[in-house]
Amino acid sequence: MSENDKILELKNVVYSFRTYGGEVKAVRDVSFEVRKGEILGIVGESGCGKSVTAQCIMRLNPEPPGFFEGGEIFFNGKDILKMNKKELRNIRGRDIGFVFQDPMTSLNPTMRIGKQIEEVFLGRTDISKSEVKEKALEIMKLVGISDVEKRYRQYPHELSGGMKQRVMIAIALVSRPSLVICDEPTTSLDVTIEAQILDLLLELREKLGTSIIMITHDLGVIARMCDRVIVMYGGKVVEKGTVSEIFYNTAHPYTKGLMQSIAKLDTQKGEKLKPIEGTPPDLFFPPKGCPFAARCEYAMDVCKDNPPLEYQVCKEHVTSCWLQHEYAPDTDIKKQGAVAIEKGEVK
Amino acid sequence: MAELKKESFVIRGKDAVRMESISRPSLSFWSDAWRRLRKNKSAFIGLCIVVLYALLAIFAPMFSQYTQSQMDVDARHAMFSAEHWLGCDSTGRDMWVRIWMGARVSLSIGLISAVLNMCVGAVVGGLCGFYGGKLDMIVMRLVDVLYGIPSLIITILVMMVLGKGITPLIVAMCVVGWIGTCRFVRGEVYRLKEQDFVLAAKVLGIPDIKIILRHIIPNILGLLVTNLCMAIPGAIFQEAFLSYIGLGIVPPDCSWGVICKEGIQFLRYYPHEILVPAFFVCTTMLALNLLGNGLRDAVDPKLRGTE
Amino acid sequence: MLKYIIKRVIAAVLTIWVLITIVFFLVRLMPGTPFTSAKLTPEVAANMEAYYGFDKPLIVQYLVYMGNLLQGNFGYSMKFTNRTVNDIIGETFPFSADLGIRALVLAVSIGLVLGIISARNRGKKLDFFCVIIAVLGTSIPDFIMGAVLQYLFGIRWGLLPVAKYEGIEYTILPACALAFYTLASVSRIMRASMLEVTQQDYIKTARSKGVSDLRVTYKHQIRNAIMPVMTVLGPTVASVLTGTFVLESIFAIPGMGKYYVESVSNNDYSMVLGMTIFYGIFLVTCNLIVDILYGVADPRVRIGKR
Repeated sequence: MSENDKILELKNVVYSFRTYGGEVKAVRDVSFEVRKGEILGIVGESGCGKSVTAQCIMRLNPEPPGFFEGGEIFFNGKDILKMNKKELRNIRGRDIGFVFQDPMTSLNPTMRIGKQIEEVFLGRTDISKSEVKEKALEIMKLVGISDVEKRYRQYPHELSGGMKQRVMIAIALVSRPSLVICDEPTTSLDVTIEAQILDLLLELREKLGTSIIMITHDLGVIARMCDRVIVMYGGKVVEKGTVSEIFYNTAHPYTKGLMQSIAKLDTQKGEKLKPIEGTPPDLFFPPKGCPFAARCEYAMDVCKDNPPLEYQVCKEHVTSCWLQHEYAPDTDIKKQGAVAIEKGEVK
Repeated sequence: MAELKKESFVIRGKDAVRMESISRPSLSFWSDAWRRLRKNKSAFIGLCIVVLYALLAIFAPMFSQYTQSQMDVDARHAMFSAEHWLGCDSTGRDMWVRIWMGARVSLSIGLISAVLNMCVGAVVGGLCGFYGGKLDMIVMRLVDVLYGIPSLIITILVMMVLGKGITPLIVAMCVVGWIGTCRFVRGEVYRLKEQDFVLAAKVLGIPDIKIILRHIIPNILGLLVTNLCMAIPGAIFQEAFLSYIGLGIVPPDCSWGVICKEGIQFLRYYPHEILVPAFFVCTTMLALNLLGNGLRDAVDPKLRGTE
Repeated sequence: MLKYIIKRVIAAVLTIWVLITIVFFLVRLMPGTPFTSAKLTPEVAANMEAYYGFDKPLIVQYLVYMGNLLQGNFGYSMKFTNRTVNDIIGETFPFSADLGIRALVLAVSIGLVLGIISARNRGKKLDFFCVIIAVLGTSIPDFIMGAVLQYLFGIRWGLLPVAKYEGIEYTILPACALAFYTLASVSRIMRASMLEVTQQDYIKTARSKGVSDLRVTYKHQIRNAIMPVMTVLGPTVASVLTGTFVLESIFAIPGMGKYYVESVSNNDYSMVLGMTIFYGIFLVTCNLIVDILYGVADPRVRIGKR
């Protein structure tokens, strides 16, 4: 992996919200990178900070109350956090596209579809009006919208949910960005439509070579779509690695819990699914040690008070869990040859 | 970090207490609303002003040597002084006493008509919303038509039919005043009725009356109280307006509207005679508006736990 | 859209009919007649009643009145002899309309701007200032506002004429007094609505497209936020109209409101009847226009899906 391959890199990002009840630490020290042309999955349950992380990248969280407490976000080598408003605007839409969770509410009800797609090109002088329209129609065809001339002039409420999500994807892709962030793009859609949308995204990645960040709580989507995965819990990254490593060489009890809680084709009749008991930690008062300790089957005394170190399981697999420590007892989680990463050291 | 003991690496398993723990204290709806209301400075000031005025309206006239219709010919148009704290009007009546006697009428008309409107509106709207069907359809058609008619016109005409005075005024204000509340309550009840917790209660075979008492009313009470608080200044305003155009309260009774009407004739030479009642009318409205705003924010479930 | 308009028009016509009927019977229920004054002998009064048709059964009077109304005839005044209600409306309504339109334009335009500024600067000093104006505005009844403005600008400082309605400088004080309450409520609703819209997902979508803050405000927020303001425009016209009742007498403007209040206190029933119905029809029509405009502005209504 060479440096140029990374198009996006987050380093120790800490993001919080100041609210009336106190500070909510939504993202706590998150680092990861996205490489050219890959699909990176971010998985975790509701409230684990995955959406906030995604919106941090484009600085879409409302500020205030949200604010960065620390960290850096490099996009093509430039730190997004140091950009001024104008530079930021140039990146949004043009270099990074965003597909939101709920297509029903994410389109402006009083604006025609075509206009909403074309807005991405607003303020750009290098492209004429007719070219903009051409591009809008072209992308609409590409995302599988039929009868584009008619759709172009319609309003969002005249479209079905799946069609709206296609429009959202068209908006995200119209200026051929190098990165598209999809925040649970199929959560509010029917299963059949979900499959279509996922296929569409895969197809577009093939055609356009776009990198995609896929945020979801559905491991099935991860398995189907992604090259690498990040597992988040309580505002932290607990495990990251390639899909096969995460699925077949699980090195964190939370990831294991996630796997056990979904039905698989080989689930035997009578075999029960195993939910993860309990609720995620309250991020108003995040626990001192490992965020998962309270719900973890393998919890040890050390977990309660000490934030776990990161361990390199293999080249493409990192986990934050004390079970990898040399003192820890042997379990199915503990991997031979896992090495602690010293803070600050580049892996 | 390096000082980790080997003993601490023993698997203990889940921590049943901590995994379900919610670190924030849980608050009941009303204590949360009250807490937020108190924290809201302007609403609290509003509440204080309202309470102060209410107390003054009750007690101030009792402890004064004057009565509201006692004329002091030498003190006509008198300015503020030790004898007449707020001066006197054109016939030498003490303004301080008249203001608080007027406050009794204005505040009670505001309160009574707002409460009456709310009760009628809530009952009719609630029944229509909860039971639906033909009753709902007929009442709502009627309400729609009545809603289109400017309420003030009806109020003026009813006042003309019933004659002047406090009771006719309240009646006239209630003839059409309940319609707004009715529409709003019906909408809310209709929405709540469709929600799953009501369905769940129905499935469990809980009688309607209990569903209404336990599930519907607590859910709209906050909004109703807010509405009431916003309706009182409206009613005071309407009373003042009607008295002002000579339809509401007539002398010798007095209300803030009457005092304003009398005072405005002497605007050019004795401006205090209008400015003093105007001050009390405006501060009351202001206080009630601030309180209403505060209440609205305090009971809004969407704003719970936030600013 | 056509279906929507037809439905609205039918509802409006129905409302007007109910209004006329209610008003007619209420007026007939009123105690006494204008002829019960001391100067008339009973015979003369009876003759007068017969002349105006008050001796016929109520239902006949109603039908006759309805027939007249359909021909655009609002009836007679009984106090101003030989003058029809139509005459008086024709003479006085232009003054009221002029004042009302000035006030309305002032209130809506400034109110919207204040609401937008306020929402955009939420929590800052500017917002605080706008909110104070809004709260004050909704707390000061317009006759008090009128009196205070008249005293300060007209009497105390002598900057503007105190009364009458004879030129642009005469209109300033009453129009401001009339506008203030509406201005405050419009800015309040606009602010709340803007803040509501700001939290909508499509605003985030717009920002994710790299649209500038300014354009997000005027292209996405305002268009959507203005809808709730439009729904209160109907009641707003009504409140401006009510305002003219008192402000016209304070500022001695020969408008319709002044006449209306006078006829109310003179027990000039046929005048009250005619003018009330005129007001009613006027307001219902305003509501109808607002409803239709609302339909035009909101594509969801326009296309017919609701």
